[in-house]
Amino acid sequence: MSGLAFAPPRFAVDRAALVARLRAVLPEDALRVDEEALRPYECDGLTAYRQLPLLVTLPENEAQARAILRVCHELGVPVVPRGAATGLSGGVLPHPDGVVVSLARLKNILAIDPATRTAVVQPGVRNLAVSQAAAPYGLYYAPDPSSQIACTIGGNIAENSGGVHCLKYGLTVHNVLRVRGLTIAGEIVEFGCAAPDAPGYDLLAVANGSEGLLVLITEATVRLTPKPELAQVALASFDDVTRAGEAVAAIIAAGILPAGLEMMDKKATHAVEPFVNAGYDMDAEALLLCESDGTPEEVAEEMARMQAVLAASGATAIRVSQNEAERLKFWAGRKAAFPAVGRITPDYLCMDGTIPRHSVGRMLQAIADMERRYGLRCANVFHAGDGNLHPLIMYDANQPGELERAQAFGAEILELSVEFGGTITGEHGVGVEKVTQMCAQFTPDELALFERLKRAFDPAGLLNPGKAIPTPARCREYRLARLATAGERGTPCCAPAADDATHDVWGDPADGASAPGDATKTEGSR
Amino acid sequence: MKAIHDRWCERVRAAAADGRPLRLRGSGSKDFYGQPLLPGSGEVFDTREYRGIVAYSPSELVVTARCGTPLAELEAALAAQGQMLAFEPPHFGPQATVGGMLAAGLSGPRRSQAGALRDYVLGVRLIDGEGRALSFGGQVMKNVAGYDVPRLLAGSLGTLALVTEVSLKTLPRPVAERTLVADLGEGEALRRLAAWNALPLPLSASAWFGGRLSLRLSGAAAAVASSAAALQRELRAAGVAVGHLPEDEAAVFWRSLREQTHPFFSATAPAGDARQFAAGVVGAEPLPLWRLALRATTPPVRPAADGAEPASTTDAPGGIAGGATGTTLIEWGGALRWRRDGDPLALRAAAAAAGGHATLFRGDAPLKSAIGAFAPLPPPLAAIHRRLKNAFDAPGVFNPGRLFREF
Ligand SMILES: Cc1cc2nc3c(=O)[nH]c(=O)nc-3n(C[C@H](O)[C@H](O)[C@H](O)COP(=O)(O)OP(=O)(O)OC[C@H]3O[C@@H](n4cnc5c(N)ncnc54)[C@H](O)[C@@H]3O)c2cc1C
Ligand SMILES: Cc1cc2nc3c(=O)[nH]c(=O)nc-3n(C[C@H](O)[C@H](O)[C@H](O)COP(=O)(O)OP(=O)(O)OC[C@H]3O[C@@H](n4cnc5c(N)ncnc54)[C@H](O)[C@@H]3O)c2cc1C
Repeated sequence: MSGLAFAPPRFAVDRAALVARLRAVLPEDALRVDEEALRPYECDGLTAYRQLPLLVTLPENEAQARAILRVCHELGVPVVPRGAATGLSGGVLPHPDGVVVSLARLKNILAIDPATRTAVVQPGVRNLAVSQAAAPYGLYYAPDPSSQIACTIGGNIAENSGGVHCLKYGLTVHNVLRVRGLTIAGEIVEFGCAAPDAPGYDLLAVANGSEGLLVLITEATVRLTPKPELAQVALASFDDVTRAGEAVAAIIAAGILPAGLEMMDKKATHAVEPFVNAGYDMDAEALLLCESDGTPEEVAEEMARMQAVLAASGATAIRVSQNEAERLKFWAGRKAAFPAVGRITPDYLCMDGTIPRHSVGRMLQAIADMERRYGLRCANVFHAGDGNLHPLIMYDANQPGELERAQAFGAEILELSVEFGGTITGEHGVGVEKVTQMCAQFTPDELALFERLKRAFDPAGLLNPGKAIPTPARCREYRLARLATAGERGTPCCAPAADDATHDVWGDPADGASAPGDATKTEGSR
Repeated sequence: MKAIHDRWCERVRAAAADGRPLRLRGSGSKDFYGQPLLPGSGEVFDTREYRGIVAYSPSELVVTARCGTPLAELEAALAAQGQMLAFEPPHFGPQATVGGMLAAGLSGPRRSQAGALRDYVLGVRLIDGEGRALSFGGQVMKNVAGYDVPRLLAGSLGTLALVTEVSLKTLPRPVAERTLVADLGEGEALRRLAAWNALPLPLSASAWFGGRLSLRLSGAAAAVASSAAALQRELRAAGVAVGHLPEDEAAVFWRSLREQTHPFFSATAPAGDARQFAAGVVGAEPLPLWRLALRATTPPVRPAADGAEPASTTDAPGGIAGGATGTTLIEWGGALRWRRDGDPLALRAAAAAAGGHATLFRGDAPLKSAIGAFAPLPPPLAAIHRRLKNAFDAPGVFNPGRLFREF
């Protein structure tokens, strides 16, 4: 099988001594040492990377997790926190010299308080389980990644995961009020609190999206949202993807903030329809799903406005869900997009760039061009309201060279995202997958700050090492390779920091006196 | 503008080389906030020359502005496009800047519904303590590449970096807005706020003071009308007097909370005397302003060492026992309680017991120096803070001691 190499910094670890120390602090079945018991832990959702850990631990409570960290810290052993391993960037890929700490057994919901609309949960609680437990109170947990049946709150926080309702209800970072966790030294820390605006720096914000590099999360307080009385979704067909992209901008420009705003291209709908029979329009080049929620009066008002904008933007057909069953059916196709594509190709890579909404059309054309150049197919699914793309690049790992071509294809999409003023990852994280592209998005000085920030939490550099932040050596290699191959398409990394090509803000005519009229420089709604 | 930016980098490098601290300042509207500015807290670094909106695209819901841009100018540009900064940042002065807003990290009445300033920060450009220009985040809604430095800078009071540019998420202004007022005692108001909190009501602000609860509803016209009617029915059924404020009066009222020009904040200080007011001085007598952030459902706070409560804050029927005065003003559905009285240590303890913390928002320098403007951090967090300060500003040039005395 063709796989990819993970080459993290190495640590000299005496395995036998480590096992003895861990045995002394853990119950028998909280420690896995045999190769066959370690095998299930060798990868996450990004299966192209696999690595056996030195050991796996499964603490039952915070005290055991703390004991594990203290031993590892004292012996200088790397630690990789693990939730449900649905991650798509290799965040839980084991370290060859390290201990995996699985939070799977910390799965209790400790409290649900309808008056403060909060839930206190352990990190191994599944995302959907929070909403299920809150349902009797008319509440739910808003961030809903498509993996919500399986993924855990700890993993959601570590990745700052999004869902199809982020545009209106926010990402994980907007819905977590407090994180309790352990530093690598085993100290208990709390970021945020039950009240607003905890004193000091906003460490809670930094814990969100920290990919297991700063803190091992052992408990969280999350915000619950009242269930809207009604939700309705409009399914709009377009005969041109660019026009669909423009419709997205037009909806926002009209002052509407839909509860969900998603897009699928023809390749995606054709993969999905036979799988879930969502009733999608198979002739459309692109489909938009626009959801409205609230009181029945609110939904009626917003739906009417939304349909008017969609029609004016050139939708060839619009269907509005007439009941809850139909609404769920329309969404089922979108939520099953990844597995559906998984059925029509042996393997696929899921990209996660985010771009300004107005460049969606240009990006889709560029991807179509890349499909021809790389000789691979790509289906496009995205959180259109947020400009977050999920191109699914299809390949066959058993065909020599296909994985490498798929990777190069993906890298080009991500670099183009940066060029368009966006980012290489909107919600899946950097992990091991996009470490190299970090060199395209950030300058060496910026990456050095990330490294110093990490060391402020983890001075010894033992929490999930080798992920998320590239080493300076890796970026030098990357830049040399780019200089050799890229030709005229300069990468921001090669430019001096202040003149960074992706942020061309100098010398604009509105210097000083900015008239709101001409301030609209990035023409979103032509 | 590039020339100014280059000069700033140079100035920071020179200050770092000479070990001379800099005191970052927009217009100084928030000089009162945080630790007292003592002599030797550095030479003033005025950010107002670096101004202007760099990009604003309403359909992207993003605006990018330089740090010296007057906040009023930014808000006017958004209003012209039917948008707003949903967190309603306080200005505390006509010249308040975008950089000062970010560094202070304060949010106004809409926070309990719309979220805090930090929730709207998408990107920053900054100059670190060694004069390096760096950029984090960007203009897109979702971005998990690297740590969330932009949000970390929100509320850092200029102690980590000189922020030169900020990108913020904007939102459409609500189509309709309506303010209800009801005569209720403190405890009863808190109980009702807690119950409403669990319902899908478009409550965009709440305030209780002197026996009166004010509620603002914002959103789609139909939703505002139906929710207002439902709330009025509920209150009338309980025998509570309830009415609504005319639109212009309501706008003035909510602005007076956001800008702290409401009589609660200023009744004891001579009007227009910003300096005296900022220091919380009444004649020669200091009158501190405490900001208690608590679990919203916390019952009325009566710190042990506080002696007798004034009548207006008790739960008297009808609730207006103390007239239109009082020492407590409540916002954010009960999560934010302003106090003009109370023993400092007892307030801190009461806040901690309620899952929160007490900030000495306005107070004289000796008191702030003695007990700290912000509740002290537990040792492991303090250690992380010191190392973070060092990660951004190793030479220690920016606003030393402004957030916590130690760094
Ligand atoms: C079919 C499918 C659909 C998906 N859809 C979405 C989507 O819509 N939106 C989205 O954002 N993502 C999506 N994902 C990606 C993934 O589900 C999310 O990133 C999810 O949050 C990961 O949760 P997990 O529990 O599986 O974490 P893991 O994969 O186990 O871990 C992810 C990262 O978090 C760290 N971590 C886990 N637990 C802790 C802890 N307690 N303390 C500290 N660090 C910890 C790990 O070290 C790792 O770096 C999808 C994945 C799949 C397979
Ligand atoms: C109640 C009150 C009423 C007032 N009334 C008036 C009045 O009527 N008229 C009048 O002229 N003045 C008045 N003032 C004083 C006046 O407030 C100020 O001069 C002013 O409005 C501005 O400040 P600012 O928002 O730019 O924040 P600042 O107070 O300048 O800054 C706040 C914080 O942000 C930091 N900071 C600022 N910029 C940056 C940056 N770019 N990067 C990093 N950190 C930064 C600062 O170091 C500081 O920690 C009043 C003040 C108060 C408190």
